Parts: sequence; structure tokens; C-alpha cells
Amino acid sequence: MPVAVESNEKFAAYAHPERLVSTQWLADALANGATADGGLVVVESDEDVLLYETGHIPGSVKIDWHTDLNDDVTRDYIDGAAFALLATAKGISRDTTVVVYGDKSNWWAAYALWVFTLFGHEDVRLLDGGRDKWIAEGRELTTEATPSSPSAGYPVVERNDAPIRAYKDDVLAHLGKPLIDVRSTEEYTGERTHMPAYPQEGTLRGGHIPTAASIPWARAAAEDGTYRSRVELEALYLDEAGLVPGDDVVAYCRIGERSSHTWFALKYLLGFDTVRNYDGSWTEWGNAVRVPIAIGSERGELPKTN
Amino acid sequence: MTTSQALPPALAEIVTDFQELEERDRLTLLLEFSRSLPDLPERLTNHPELLEQVMECQSPLFLTVESEQTDKGEVIRLFFKAPPEAPTTRGFASVLFEGLDGLTAAEILAVPDDMPEQLGLTRAISPLRMRGMSAMLGRVKRKIVAGARPAA
Repeated sequence: MPVAVESNEKFAAYAHPERLVSTQWLADALANGATADGGLVVVESDEDVLLYETGHIPGSVKIDWHTDLNDDVTRDYIDGAAFALLATAKGISRDTTVVVYGDKSNWWAAYALWVFTLFGHEDVRLLDGGRDKWIAEGRELTTEATPSSPSAGYPVVERNDAPIRAYKDDVLAHLGKPLIDVRSTEEYTGERTHMPAYPQEGTLRGGHIPTAASIPWARAAAEDGTYRSRVELEALYLDEAGLVPGDDVVAYCRIGERSSHTWFALKYLLGFDTVRNYDGSWTEWGNAVRVPIAIGSERGELPKTN
Repeated sequence: MTTSQALPPALAEIVTDFQELEERDRLTLLLEFSRSLPDLPERLTNHPELLEQVMECQSPLFLTVESEQTDKGEVIRLFFKAPPEAPTTRGFASVLFEGLDGLTAAEILAVPDDMPEQLGLTRAISPLRMRGMSAMLGRVKRKIVAGARPAA
């Protein structure tokens, strides 16, 4: 059974307020036993693979973006069968309300939510402010392991990537329509691809996809890690980036995690129907053969078609 | 499995401890290491400019090395700082600290670059994260080669 949607003034201004819950809402839901019958499952998803073990929201389960959601062999997300196994093991059924939270203003949590959405999981929400806000408010954390309680089962649903995921060729075909680059300014200009002497995914060229607007992801978050208000988000993405309601938008970063945070803001908070996350992102684009880049702080020109 | 014969004794023991565990329990051991990473001495806490900050997409790590005269000659002291929100980073720093602190520069420089892989954590934490962790040893070595600052 889906759990009741939260309504408050801030959320009501968003296009899809049902995609967010506040820390207070979650604390109340936990106190009311919403997790007891599997109707609500709380998922923590962090950058650091051990952070959950240092303390998590009581009753929450951990899903790791690397070791649970990725398939190293195909360099892709897991398939429907693997997702069904994972969801079942975590106590999630197809009609479960899933609330995801995590560190770093929820950027990994948004990434996990996006992957759930690839599988068409209907009711998946983000805890506004994530792990840090929960802790800042002095709410309960535990190091006690959550007892394993598998769900009755999760159907094998094949991923439907097209609506919210862009591949490299999709982005090439998209050129001319709006792109949002959510990386740091230094990455956008091409000054750096990653920190010196610190191996990352390894990208040969620095710069950005021609015509992409630079809106670093964290600008969508307030100091407490919550999403900025609708008015503030509109100032950022409409006024500054120049998006127009109804636009078909692609967001990208370096491997697609930070851009999931922006994807969520555009899709659910501002209500753009067609927003795709390009998870290949700069790691793929910066290395790919026969794709153009732009360098410097200007958005750059579209390449001439040949 | 890689042998750890070439490693300094303290580090070799840590590697053996990891290797003897099941994969899942290795993560737990790393978590225990993360808890035992000592705080910085006050003279460094008050002088953040003496620490090299390594910032990127992932959690920040600060480190520095110092040389110290002891009975057995000149040894290297290691100092790490990583926030509690980065237990994996702290865990690796703690392994390096316990395994290498107080050795000579030559002993540390002789540690194989792939030592972190020998902990058998690559699959449990993912290869991408492992690369970041392996880089930590590289940074320690580079700082030693660049010349350790004498302890104040």
C-alpha cells in the first residue's frame, strides 16, 4: 500500500510534490510503524561504502550505487532479474513506497532513485536534505543491523531507459537542444578533468559538450542540503540557464551521479516532462572518438554538420 | 594470491589479517581501522597549511609526512585527516598509518604500489573506489621523495 503523500507549503509549489518527503514526515512515518508491513522501505545510498555502517536511520537498508546497481561486465546498470533479486532482498515489493536518502546533499540518493525509475518503480521519493539534515536535527541513528526481511517478491521488469536516460548517440542527436553541465566550473572550462595526481575515471580531453549551460549541481541545494524553493530553482534553470518550460533537456556530469540530482530538480520539482540523464557523461564524451567539445567559459558553437 | 613477503612486518600482518577474512568481514575490519585513525597533533590542527589537501569529487583527505630523528636513525611519521563521513578513506589511511608510520623513507618507498590491492577489498568496495584508495599510498611516497619536513 502506498504511504500518504506529504503536503507542505514548500513542496506544494513543486510540480511533483509527491516525490519529496521531509525529515519530520519520515520520523513520523517511522514512529507510526509504516515500515512494519513493508509498505514503506527506507533506503540509504552514499558515496562512501561504509558510511551506512557508522550509523543509519533505524530500520533503513543500504543500497550501494557501485556494488549493487552496476554491472561491471556490461558497464551498465543491472538488469531486471538482478534488480528483482536486490529489491526482494531489501524488503521491497512493486507497490512499496521507497524513500531514499544519503550523504552529500543526496547526490547518490538521487542516483539510486533514478535507477529505481529506470525500472519503473512507481513510488520512490527522496528525503529532502538527506542524511546530513537528519543528523543535524539530532534525529536517531543506529549502528544496529536492520534484520533482513525479504519481500514476497519483486517482478522481473526490464529497464526502460529511453525516457530518462541518454546514451552518447542520443546526445549527439540532441545537439541544438538544451544541455545542462552540472560539474564544477574548472571541469566545464576544461581547466581540469579531475584533481592532479589523483586517478579518477581517466578522461583525455577537458571541456564541455558544445552549447551546454554550466549550472553546478550544488547550486540546486540550500546550505542544509534540501532542494531550493521553486522560485529559486526557476531563477537558476530558467533565467540563468535559459531553459523554457516544455524543453527537452539532457543533464550530465562526470559519471552521471551529480547530474541525477539535477535531473530530479528539473523533472520533479520544475516539471520538465522530458529530461534525460546522460550517465556516460564526461568520462565517455571526453574520451570518445569523433565527438566535438568546447573549451573555456563560453557555451560554444554547435559543430558544423557534414 | 599475491604474497606479502616484501612488505614491512606491521603492514604484512595487516594484509594477512584482511586476507584471512571473508570478503564481507574485510569491510568490517576496514571500518574498525577507520575508527582507530588517530587525531592530528595540535601543532598540525592549528596549522592546516602544513597539510596537503587532496580534494576532488570524493571526500577530502589531508596528509603530511615528517622526518624524525630516533635511535634507529631518521624515520618518517605519517599524519592523516579525513572526516568521519568518509570511513572508507579513513580506514585506508589508518591501515597505512599502522603499517608504515615510524619506518624509514627507504622502507616505505620499497612498499609495492599495488599493496592496497592485496587487502582483497577491490570487489567489496568497487574498482573505482579502490583506485582512489591506492592513490593514497602513491601520495605518501611522492611526499617522501619530495622531501619530508623535519618535525617541528
